Parts: sequence; C-alpha cells; structure tokens
Amino acid sequence: MILAGLIILLMGCGVLAWLAGRWNNTLPRIISLFGISIQLLVVVWIWLTHQQGSVTGQWIITYTHSWIPAFGIQIKFGIDGLSLLMIALTAFLGLLSVLTSWKEIKHRVGFFHFNLLFVLAGITGVFLSLDLFLFYFSWEVMLIPMYFLISIWGNENRTYASYKFFLFTQGSGLLMFLSILGLYLIHGHNTGIFTFDYEQLLGTVMQPQTAFLLMLGFVIAFIVKLSTVPFHSWLPDAHTQAPTAGSVILAGLLLKTGAYGLIRFVLPLFPQASHQFAPVAMVLGVVSILYGAKLAFAQTDLKRLIAYISVSHMGFILLGIYAFNEMAMQGVVMQMVAHGISTGALFIIAGTLHERIQTRDLGQMGGLWAKIPKMGALGLVFVMASLGFPGLGNFVAEFLILNGSFMANQKLTIIATLGLVAATIYALRIMQKVFYGKEQKTWVIADFSIREMGIMITLVIAVVWMGLFPSAVLTVSRPSVLKVIESVADRKAQTREAQLHRQTTLEQKITMTGASLPGHHWNTNSKKAN
Amino acid sequence: MVILAGGILLTLILIALRRSHLLIFTAAEIIILAAIVAALLHLNQEPQIIGDIIVVDRFGLYYQILLLSATLVISIFSYISLERLFSDKRKEEYYVLLMLATLGSSMMVISTHFISFFVSIEVLTISLYTLISYYRERDKAIEAGLKYLVLAAMSSAFLLFGMALIYAVSGQMSFHALFAVATNYSGSSNVMLIAGAGLMIVGIGFKLALVPFHMWAPDVYEGASSPVSAFVATVSKGGVVALLLRFFTMTDLYRYQNVMLAFTVIALLSMLAGNLLALQQRNVKRLLAYSSIAHLGYLLVAFIAGKGMGVQAATFYITIYMLTILGAFGVVTILSKTDSEADGTEYYKGLFWRRPLLAALFTLFLLSLAGIPLTAGFIGKYFLLTAGLGNGQWLLAFVLVASSVIGLFYYLRLIVTMISQDEDYQKGLSPGIPSKGGLLTLMVLGILVLGLGLSPGWLIDLVRTLP
Repeated sequence: MILAGLIILLMGCGVLAWLAGRWNNTLPRIISLFGISIQLLVVVWIWLTHQQGSVTGQWIITYTHSWIPAFGIQIKFGIDGLSLLMIALTAFLGLLSVLTSWKEIKHRVGFFHFNLLFVLAGITGVFLSLDLFLFYFSWEVMLIPMYFLISIWGNENRTYASYKFFLFTQGSGLLMFLSILGLYLIHGHNTGIFTFDYEQLLGTVMQPQTAFLLMLGFVIAFIVKLSTVPFHSWLPDAHTQAPTAGSVILAGLLLKTGAYGLIRFVLPLFPQASHQFAPVAMVLGVVSILYGAKLAFAQTDLKRLIAYISVSHMGFILLGIYAFNEMAMQGVVMQMVAHGISTGALFIIAGTLHERIQTRDLGQMGGLWAKIPKMGALGLVFVMASLGFPGLGNFVAEFLILNGSFMANQKLTIIATLGLVAATIYALRIMQKVFYGKEQKTWVIADFSIREMGIMITLVIAVVWMGLFPSAVLTVSRPSVLKVIESVADRKAQTREAQLHRQTTLEQKITMTGASLPGHHWNTNSKKAN
Repeated sequence: MVILAGGILLTLILIALRRSHLLIFTAAEIIILAAIVAALLHLNQEPQIIGDIIVVDRFGLYYQILLLSATLVISIFSYISLERLFSDKRKEEYYVLLMLATLGSSMMVISTHFISFFVSIEVLTISLYTLISYYRERDKAIEAGLKYLVLAAMSSAFLLFGMALIYAVSGQMSFHALFAVATNYSGSSNVMLIAGAGLMIVGIGFKLALVPFHMWAPDVYEGASSPVSAFVATVSKGGVVALLLRFFTMTDLYRYQNVMLAFTVIALLSMLAGNLLALQQRNVKRLLAYSSIAHLGYLLVAFIAGKGMGVQAATFYITIYMLTILGAFGVVTILSKTDSEADGTEYYKGLFWRRPLLAALFTLFLLSLAGIPLTAGFIGKYFLLTAGLGNGQWLLAFVLVASSVIGLFYYLRLIVTMISQDEDYQKGLSPGIPSKGGLLTLMVLGILVLGLGLSPGWLIDLVRTLP
C-alpha cells in the first residue's frame, strides 16, 4: 500500500499545487516540497528498516491490486534494492529541482509544479512497476508532463526540442508496447494464463528468433531513453532547452529509466537473446562513450556540452550492463546514482549561470572565478566528479564497470578506457572556459545564495559519500544485481534444449497464423464461471 | 425505436403549434432520453427477432444506446450552435432532422436484412443532406451538402447494385440465409458474389469515409456546422460500423480471403493517408476529419481480426472514439462566435491561459485521440492491438503504431498552439464565450474519457457480454 501511496501522494500534491497556483505563487512550491519530502522520508524509512530483508533477494515490499482483470492487468508494485536506490535518487533530485526552480520559474507556477510532480510520479511508477502494462503506462505518464515542462518553460528553441523529445520517446515506446503485447500473447498461448505480471512472464519460453525480435522492441525503447548513439540526437536539444529543473530530471532520472528497464526487464525476460545482442550493445556503448566525449569537446553551449557528457556516461552504463557480471553491474548501479548527482549538479550550475548572465555561450564567459568563487569551487568539484576523479562517486562506478567489462570483452574495454582521457579534456575545458582564463565580458553577477549553497552542499556530500563509502550503495543493490546476473547466466544453458523443443510447434502457430487466442481463453474462462 | 419514430411526429406537430426553440429542444431531449431508457430496460431481455428483417439483441441495443446518447450530446451542442449562428428562424426543424437521422442509424444497428439495411441507411443519408446544408446562408454549407448528396447517392447506388448481384446469385437477402447459401456456389456465381461484396465494400467504405473513398469527408466536415460534423463522425459512422460487424459475423464473410484482403488494404491506406493528410491541415475541423478517417482505419484492424475479440475490440473502440470526437467537436462548437466557427488554429493560440478549463479538456480529448495513457484512447488502442496481434496481424499492428506516431505530431501541434506563450497570445483571435451548459457537457465527456482511461474494467466487461 505504501508504494501505491507514494504515487498517489505525488499526483495528489500535483493537483493541489495546480489549484493552489491560482491564488499564490509560493504555495505550490511549498506543497511540492512537502510531497517530495514525505516521499524521501518514506524511502529512507524503508532503507533503514528493511535492509536485512533485501539480502535474500526477495522484494522488500510488494503491493498488488486488480485493475483490469479481463486482460490480466493488475496494479503490482514491488521494491527491491535496485528500485529502492532509484526511488531514493528520484526523491532526492526531485526535492532539489523544486528548490532550484524556486526563483527561476515565475510564470504559471502552479501548472509547473503539477507537471513536475506528475513526471516524478511517472518515474516512481516506472521504478516500482512489476506489471508490464502498468510499467508501460507509467512510462508514458512521465512523457506528457515532461513535454509540457520543456515546451512551456524552456528556452528559446523549446518547441522544436519538445517535439523531438516527444516523438523519439513516444515512437520507441510504442515499439516496446508491441513487444509487451507479443510477450503477453505468447505467454498466454503457452500457459493459458493471459497476464502482464512480470514474475509470471519471466520464464516464458519462445523461439530464439521471436525472442530476439521482442527483445529488440524493448531495447530500442530503452536505448533511446539512454540516448545511445545513434538514437541520442533528441537529448542535447531537450536538455539544452529545458528549464533547469527539467534538465536535472531529464539527465538525473529519465535517462536512468532506460538503464533500469534494461536491467529489470530485458536481461531477465530475454536472457538468451540478450547474449546474442551483447556484442552489438557493447559496441554501441563504446561508440557512445567516445562519440559523446568528442562532441562534448566541440560544444560552445554549456548546457549542450553537459548533455553530451551524459551521452558519454550512458555509454559506460550500456557497456556495463551487457558485460553480464556482478562487478560491472554493480558499477552500472553506482554510475546511475553518481551520474544523476554529478550531472544534476552541473546542470544546476549551468542553469544558475544562465539565469544570471542570460547566455550559455562558452565564448562569452571566462574568468568568472574571481567574481563567483563559491560557484567556481563547487563547479570544480562536480567537473572532477564527472571526469572520474578518485574519491568521488563516478570514479568508483567507472572503475567497476571497466573492470567488469574487461573480463567480458577486453578489446572493447581498452577502447572504452580512452573515454576517460577524453573526459578529462572536456571536463577541464568547462573549467577553463567558464571560470579561468581571460574575462570576455564584464558581467555583473551574484554568487550562490544561501538556498543555492544548501542545494550544492547536499550534492557535494552525496557525491563524496558515494566515493568514500561506496559499499553503502553497493550492499543495497547487491541482491537485485545478483538475481539479474543469475537469471542471465542460468537460463543461457538450460532454456535452449529441453523446454524449447516441446513448445516449438505451439510457437509457430502464434507467430505464423495466429489463432484467436485471447477470445479462446475467455470462452473457457466463462465456461468455468458458468 | 417506436418512441423515437413517434417522437418525431410529435415534434412536427409541436412545431406546427408553436415555434419555440427552447420548447422543441426540450421535447427532443425528452424523446431521446425516453428512447435511451426504453433501450436500457430491454438490454437484459431475450433477443427479439422480427421476421428476417430485424433482430433486437444486446449488441443492437448497446449500439442504440450509444448512438442515442451521442445524439443527446450533439443536440445540446446544436442548441448552442443554433442560438449563436442562426439568429431568428428555422431552428426547430433541425431537431426533427436530427432525430430522423438518428432513427435511421439506430435502425441500421438492428437490421439483419438487405432491405432494412438499405432503408435505414437511406433514412440516415437523406436527413444528413439537409442537415449538412442547414445553414444555407453560408456558401460552404451548400457546397458541402451538394458534395455529400452527389457522392452519397452514388455510393448508395453501388451498395444497391452489390446487393442486387448477391441477390441474383443467391436469391436471398437476409444475413442468416446468406450464411447458409454462400458456401454452395463456385465458378461464375462465386465471381458474382465476390463482385457484389466488392461493390458493397465501396458503398460502405464511402459511408465510413475510408481511404480511397474519403474525399468528401474534409469538405463536409468543414462546411457543415460543428454539431453536424460531430454527428457525421459519430452517429452516422457508428451505425455503419455496427452493421458491418453484424453483417460480417452473420454471413461469415471472413471466409473470403479476397474480401479480407481488400479490407486490409483499405485499413492500411486509411491509417497512413488519414494521418499524413492531417499533418497538412491548418483548419481544426478538417484536421478532425482526417483524424477520424485514420481512426476508422485503426478500427478496421480489430474488425479484420474477426469474430470474438475483434468485434469486442471494435465495439469498445468505437465507443471511446465517439466519446472523444464528440468532445473535440464540442470544444469547437463552444468556442464559436456569432459570425463564424472557431475552426482556424489562430482561435486556439494561448487558449490555455485564457480559458484553462476548456483548453485542458481539449488537450485531454486530443491526447485521447492520440492514444496516450491516462486517457480512454490508450485503452482502446491497446484493445485493438491485442485483437490484431492475437490474430497474427503484425503488419497491420505495426502500421497502426507507426501511423499513431505520425498522428501524434499534429495533435501535439494543436496543443502547442494552445500553450503558446505571453508574447503571441494576444495576437490570437478571441473565440466566443463558452456557455455553461456546453461546458458542463464537455466536463462530463472529459470525466468519462479520463475515468475510462483509469478504470476501463466495467466497459470492457459490458462489451464482452455482447454477442
């Protein structure tokens, strides 16, 4: 109940905030702050009290409620270590994005917070759903409000960016929906039970070819979200044009839903097909790392530069996921959290700069350290974090990923490591262009206020804490990671022979001619009822 | 049925006695409501078969309730539209025509015979000729009416010729008998049967405005007043869809590969052409016309999937579609001014900030048409896809998905227009002031769309109990 409560809480606060926005501009902010704080408290409470239970690899809490029984659709939420981390990140970044937009958003404050909270609700739904229909539902729910966030409160080129964002994600999402339906029908045909329940669908047996096609549907949706090259082109536009809070959520959370989807759904549901796909995915990952880094280096727009850093970092995630070993996967989880925090922070800095000097052009900045030392110092911390400086969260993550993937594929990993060198170059370029060097223009600019310092200090603490005590995060995620790795490794061997043989004939029916399955099933059901 | 027919006479007499718009409107509302109640009462009774001509069963009654409710909503919009656009005279006969058309449509859903089929479709169409050109002071209305007249007459001729061919071969005109007969023929007779079916497809395709028989739709939608356009898009098409479903299941035309192939091609074309052409539209009513072409294409995916789940999915989808498109046309009606309808996109510029409620409702309807979750349209599309995939129609399902993405683009563009910001929204033309009654109706529709998006269970269960 508490899990469904989280989502209802966010949506409820969203509606309240919209209504409150009619009278007052501060009220929506307070309401959102309140709603997200409660979410954060609940997450912390779950973290502290239930940590022992998660070691067994079971769900910490689940919640099931029937929704559309006719189709085997239910509201099923579950939380394990991985989702717990992601939800914690969601609440944390959500809180910060409300705080950071406190002064930035002056118009239609109520509607802004309505959208913000609905995006967060959708993201929470994605991280908690254990029913594929519900998952897709939440997946789509986070799109529309995000679209509004970009297209109403965005920068000069917002309409184009919001279109692009929406069409990319929606189009790929529909492909995933087709795959979900395909999986649903195949499972229903094999077992006679038509259900979207994740745990029941896990063991679905199908022909390798079918599995591969279905998996592709999922993978495309997820790697578009993950902004892997060649599907990355929506990301720089969307990130650049979104308001600061939007960029933070996009980079910190929305990208992670792609990675989460790969770990939670693609690997366990299609273990064998994933093995087939692994080389391609790893190559794509490496290409993203290098290409993202190269483009990041070439940007003159600060936000665009940071956006390409994300592309590069997401490449590491893809590489790590398809290495299929515990170390890499733990690194991926770590990277998801660390990247969320460090890139979120960079976007906040870029946003604050933009708010003050009305430009994101690197050519017009320079020598700002003297004027805004606090921002400069904090900027340095996060730039260091994103280039993988030891002692900060990202270092641990990238180290683990590279170490893990080295065991899986040595050549690619060696090339990927070049990404770290490139990272140093582009990251230091930010510092060089913005804070050091010659002053291009004489800006009159204020340093961080107390509110902003508060935001940044929290982020610094988080990233340092993760760098120094990574085990705090890793122990939470370990059971879930092991489970995923196990499912991939196990099925690889056993599924191929015994079970498949039996099902092949049934399989062919559905893919080739396709008897009228669900109708059939209902008839038998209603007979039983009679 | 009888109530509706009797009610029309009663209304005519009332008009003769006293020409009062409000009075006639109220009378029409009461008659339609009474007909809905009567249909509801019969819903759980055994099917009544009247000759070979008519069967009153749950399926038919469900559609009748649907069509009558749609007419109810349309008449409310019509009242608003007539009051605004049509100052002094000739308001009353409108309702007679509206009810007559509804009568035709609701007769169609219970017909099981060529004769009743044809009679009802003609009752519907002939009332529509007049309704479409009812605002005869406007050029476009006349043009639209004439266009519809010529093309509808031709399509009726096609339909009739098709029926004649089938009758010539089989000597049967009731759907039941045709089912038994159809298997026995081969060779040249079979060719004639197929030809007859083909001609009928042309006729039906025209009534449903499916590509390539869609040319009339945008012009008619643009020329007619918004409530009438809504009527054409919902009641008229809904009746034909019901008839099509019944005709195909009863005679089991699913056996004929050629016929199904024709429908597959039509479905593919409708989905793609409808959405692609809608991209180019700047006029909201024309845009909705193309969108409705595409939606009927989607619906065919379920229809092709066949008996059982396909029929259920189609019924479910047409219900959702009617709800949504009624809402969309309702918004257009409500925003209309005394001298012109709000059909240009410039009326919608910055609407979100001037009339937040109305704009939010319109956004909801558009998102539902686009099939985005949280709205009923998504569940409908899900049902269609499941039906299609369950039958192995991967190509159709894939095109459905691809064309929905294209479709998204123009719905989004309209939404973007509505949220366009401060600097430019003063430039937008100011639309009329929404009336309270219309707004209330729209809110009911909006709540239904949202409610069905969140918990569609009851409607799905209901649809599945229909044979």
